[in-house]
Amino acid sequence: MNLPLINIPFTLFALLLLAIALTASHRVAQNYLRRTNKPDVDAIDALLPQTQCGQCGHPGCRPYAEAIANGSEINKCPPGGARTIDALAQLLRVQPLPLDPSHGVEATRKVAVIREAECIGCTKCIAACPVDAILGSAKHMHTVIARECTGCDLCVEPCPVDCIDMVEAQTLAQSWHWQRPEASRHIGEAHKIIVCQGALR
Amino acid sequence: MTAESSRKIWPLPGGVYVEANKAPSLRAPVTSPPLPHQLVIALTQPASISPILCAAEGDYVLKGQVLAHGSSDAGINIHASTSGTIIRITPHAVPNTSGEHELCVILQPDREERWTRMAPVENFTECSSELLYARIKDAGIRGLGGAAFPTHAKLVGATNIHTLVLNISECEPFISCDEALVHKYLNEVITGTQILLHASGATRCLIGIEDSKPAAIRALRAALSDPRIELVVVPALYPSGAERQLIYSLTGVEITADTLPVEKGFLCHNPGTALAVMRAVIHGEPMISRVTTVTGAALAAPANYEVLFGTPINELLQLCGVDNENLSRLIIGGSLMGTQITSAEVPVLASTNCILATTHEELPAPLPEQPCIRCGFCVPACPVLLQPQVLYWDSRQLALTDATSHHLADCIECGACAYVCPSHIPLVQYFRAAKAEIRIEAEQVHIADSSRQRFEFHQARVHAEKVQQELRRAERAALMKPAPEQPLEVNSAQATIAAALARVKAKKLEQALSASNNTKTDEGETKR
Repeated sequence: MNLPLINIPFTLFALLLLAIALTASHRVAQNYLRRTNKPDVDAIDALLPQTQCGQCGHPGCRPYAEAIANGSEINKCPPGGARTIDALAQLLRVQPLPLDPSHGVEATRKVAVIREAECIGCTKCIAACPVDAILGSAKHMHTVIARECTGCDLCVEPCPVDCIDMVEAQTLAQSWHWQRPEASRHIGEAHKIIVCQGALR
Repeated sequence: MTAESSRKIWPLPGGVYVEANKAPSLRAPVTSPPLPHQLVIALTQPASISPILCAAEGDYVLKGQVLAHGSSDAGINIHASTSGTIIRITPHAVPNTSGEHELCVILQPDREERWTRMAPVENFTECSSELLYARIKDAGIRGLGGAAFPTHAKLVGATNIHTLVLNISECEPFISCDEALVHKYLNEVITGTQILLHASGATRCLIGIEDSKPAAIRALRAALSDPRIELVVVPALYPSGAERQLIYSLTGVEITADTLPVEKGFLCHNPGTALAVMRAVIHGEPMISRVTTVTGAALAAPANYEVLFGTPINELLQLCGVDNENLSRLIIGGSLMGTQITSAEVPVLASTNCILATTHEELPAPLPEQPCIRCGFCVPACPVLLQPQVLYWDSRQLALTDATSHHLADCIECGACAYVCPSHIPLVQYFRAAKAEIRIEAEQVHIADSSRQRFEFHQARVHAEKVQQELRRAERAALMKPAPEQPLEVNSAQATIAAALARVKAKKLEQALSASNNTKTDEGETKR
């Protein structure tokens, strides 16, 4: 068997060269794509909870979306919590990270409530509200439109008489919903009503 | 006169055969129970509507007087079921799935049954449909099939109705209230159907009834003389009585979850609703009662009763001779779609079609859930041609996008899949939970979108205000300056100083600019 083309050292060398060439071109392509395919700010912004609270260190959700598009970490949004981080990770094709505790902890949604008797009508909270959810005018009592409040906390600090409380968003009868079977089994007493489907067996 | 056998029946895909268990409650005709000691009248309104009270605690109210109406047009008028005094208005337990309390009026009957009626209509064929709709709304009529959807809301916007479907199919085990009602109020139901035909402008009415009710079929056949009304007998199969399923069986028209039957020209009503419409129009009586089945092995005398809304369920159970020793579970609705309640201290609502008091032997407790063995029994059972086993995996893993693309929204939650599941998986509960998750996610997206809109508007407004302020300031500054158009005697020394200062300033500015440019290029280089 004397086939000059099937030369083992030569073949190995050729394969090695091919591997190096492919790896290099892959790197180049990756770098090129990384530079040109900047993630869409609108798509990122759509996944953020729009509380406009600034806990991420950016003045609103859109600026944070821009920062993420420029390579900022995705785990700086406490109101969004794990759900938002997972969604962002899926969009950007990166590993989901646990929430960065330096920006706050995940908590249930709250709404601002003005103790109306104590309000002096200074309009400072109205100016602070990023989503125009506070109604009122100078020297008249102010009130929060609970439905539109994002619970961002930004009105609490400017209030000179400290009459704004953050309370848990109320759960009404109509917000009740079905739980998955395991969950209802764990909660036990809280869900007294059980479906009797499949009972006629 | 009524063509009946000629009509083609479209067989339901899927479905399950279940033992009807209706005979015990059908032995006696419908009667009215004695007036209870107290009535608990729930002021429940459709979602996102709140009740507005028209009466106060301590008021004396007449039978048929309005107690509350809805906060918007889609709301329901709630009437006093009998005359008496309002003791309290308070949240009270009601037989709903959530177990949440609802605002209720607690009424002490005076046992005099003093009525206040609306003006009776002599000849409904001379009335416009608007007038009839208004009467139906005033009478607080809700659909009595189980969902208690306001009837006028179903009619509003329904412009091109061609077929009225009267649903006497009643496919769920144990429930026999519609059949009993048809036996007792046959002519009234037919009159109500004619009113609905006239009001909706439909040209024909199809009465869908299961072949397991031969006595009712015979009675209907004998009583029907209107050529527009056609009796159609469908095979007994669960869930043939579901609205969309019945329409399919009768006409072959499939209606998906994203369209309403009304949009396709179908109006589907329960015979109880037809009776209530007849009473509201002909007698001027609002809806204050319904026929309810009280049945189950724990009762000595199961029966159908014409019950006033607000009658406590425990009084009905007592009337039927409940055996508290053997009572295992109390269920509102049938054995497949019903919900279990923990207390009998709840009132009868418009949605209470059946009260089922069962024993362990009759309805054993659901067995523990076991892993899915991929037997595929649930697939042929599904009446909407879904793949329940796939939806089960989606719901279990909360893969909501997958669940949506597998048409979870089309699931009618009939429980046929769970009924045949050999692993006792509570499939419907998984589906309901997944549907709730999808709804919550959509709501959150909606909230975020509106917050974003308001934030952007706020930003734009603040920016515009700032620009305005700057402009005003500039204008004011321009006005304040004496505007030296013709420089008067300028000191030459002063002029040279000013020129020098300006040069220095320009130089500094230039330096600053070049410095910032340098840093920028530096940054660019480091980045590269």
